[in-house]
Amino acid sequence: MRRHFNFYSQYLIGVLFGVGLIISGMSNPQKILNFLDLAGNWDPSLIFVMGGAILVGLAGFYLVSKRSEAFFGGALHIPTRRDISKPLIIGSLIFGAGWGIAGFCPGPAIVALGAGHLKALVFVLAMLAGMAICNRFFTGHKK
Amino acid sequence: MQIDWLAFTPGPAFFGGILLGLAAALYAILHGRILGISGIVSGLLSPKEGDVNWRLSLALGILSAPLLSSLFFDLHTTTVIDADWISIIVAGLLVGFGANYGSGCTSGHGVCGLSRLSPRSLVATVSFMTAGFLIVFVIRHVLGL
Repeated sequence: MRRHFNFYSQYLIGVLFGVGLIISGMSNPQKILNFLDLAGNWDPSLIFVMGGAILVGLAGFYLVSKRSEAFFGGALHIPTRRDISKPLIIGSLIFGAGWGIAGFCPGPAIVALGAGHLKALVFVLAMLAGMAICNRFFTGHKK
Repeated sequence: MQIDWLAFTPGPAFFGGILLGLAAALYAILHGRILGISGIVSGLLSPKEGDVNWRLSLALGILSAPLLSSLFFDLHTTTVIDADWISIIVAGLLVGFGANYGSGCTSGHGVCGLSRLSPRSLVATVSFMTAGFLIVFVIRHVLGL
């Protein structure tokens, strides 16, 4: 029974996250690009999105730090690494470049796919291909 | 720099942000995991036993958000995609590869990592923001596309 609740909860949290992206405007690549365009007509909205998210997130992760296991059972899978590695920086720079080209990152692309945009489908398929290439040829980097 | 006051939506942005933070917090408390979309989706590419259904449940939730929000809240999803097809494919490849190689994306590093005060996520967030600012500057103001 708990197992089923687990999946419903996963689904509902996905919905909540998607609705958050829609309300905040972050499911709109144009709004992302207008945030990244510091030299143009700048839309600072993304800062307020991050502000709201981190405000709640700080409290949430503080509560998590007091727990020893997940509510639905099982160990906590919260990262403990603190080293600043080359793949971390290079990967993030590559990610940011892609983000700046189309204005899509993974979450909003899935929302746009759900809204029925063919370009979002192509983006998600290319994204999965990029992930597969990384997994296939650069799997040792996590070590 | 000049602010586009017509496009600037601090209220909805902040409220939507609170929902994102709430989703991340609930996910960590209930499921003990980081709500990092790239990591959750990428795990589907190398499926392990007992590892597929929860990842799919979450992805389906995000996927169905536009339909549910228009049905129940009369909230319609605005998505304006200016990029051409080639750019979409290149961007998708870079986003997928970079997120995996850098161990996270805007949700895992940006929202969750900064909320956890993780130094790695701070470096990642500064890195992808910087790259994003530079690419958009080059595309819009150097190449004039």
